[in-house]
Amino acid sequence: MDELILQLKNEIIEVLNLEEMSVEDIDTDAPLFMEGLGLDSIDALELTVLLEKKYGLKINTADEGRLILYSVRSMAEFITKNQKA
Amino acid sequence: MGNLVIRGCCSIKNNRVVLDGECVYQEDNALSASDFFKNVYRNFKLSYAKFFKMDNLSRLGFLAADILINKYDEIKFLKPEDTGIVLSNSASSLDTDFNFNDTIKENANYFPSPALFVYTLPNIMIGEICIRHKIMGENGFLICEKFNPDVICNFVKDLFENEKLKYCITGWVDLINEKYETLLFLVEDTEKDIAEKSTFEPKNISDIYNKY
Repeated sequence: MDELILQLKNEIIEVLNLEEMSVEDIDTDAPLFMEGLGLDSIDALELTVLLEKKYGLKINTADEGRLILYSVRSMAEFITKNQKA
Repeated sequence: MGNLVIRGCCSIKNNRVVLDGECVYQEDNALSASDFFKNVYRNFKLSYAKFFKMDNLSRLGFLAADILINKYDEIKFLKPEDTGIVLSNSASSLDTDFNFNDTIKENANYFPSPALFVYTLPNIMIGEICIRHKIMGENGFLICEKFNPDVICNFVKDLFENEKLKYCITGWVDLINEKYETLLFLVEDTEKDIAEKSTFEPKNISDIYNKY
């Protein structure tokens, strides 16, 4: 899980163009939206695309998305639980 | 409407930033447009994290506008609707359109990028500048085959006349593939007498364009 979390942080920085951030700046359990990283709706869409493109996982509803994309850890848990072997 | 004067101008082209005729930054090494823009951003310490999410066209316009407004910051003390923006180019947002198309052109790898899609209109660049500087005056984006001083002047003068602007940021911001150029003017409506070569007229802005 730790390796996946680190990988996710790097991917978040890359796909969201967070150029002035490093993985150390991203708190694994902090909210990604509203506070924490303060990401916006376009970022949410990009993360949704990331999950599908890189991990083959779809987010089916907005409510589901809010839970999955809450933090880096919740994203990692979703991937771990659902990714096909 | 009083006299329209060119208060200042900023050009970014060929790895150089020229403000009011003075080169204020340049890179001698060959750099991609993206890398050059990031270096300009860092050099001027612009401190705006959203810059890195913009497409290259928006970054180009944003940089020129920021450098210009930081020198002539009196517009920050005006009412938001007193400043307008009128920009033009020939390539529209094609550079980003092509990049977005790359994310959808293969059926087997069809993943449209939302972050690119939102920049597939050139006037989004105006939006970015307006958000940064809290500008809420009239704005417009004109697509012309090449830099056209007559079209720009007529449009801008009309805004000053009818929309009672006090300032307008206007000019040319063009980018396609790695070829980019921008020349932005800050135009002011003033009651003062001004030197003829500073008046906002097609001949004067054309002379400045040709000089850079």
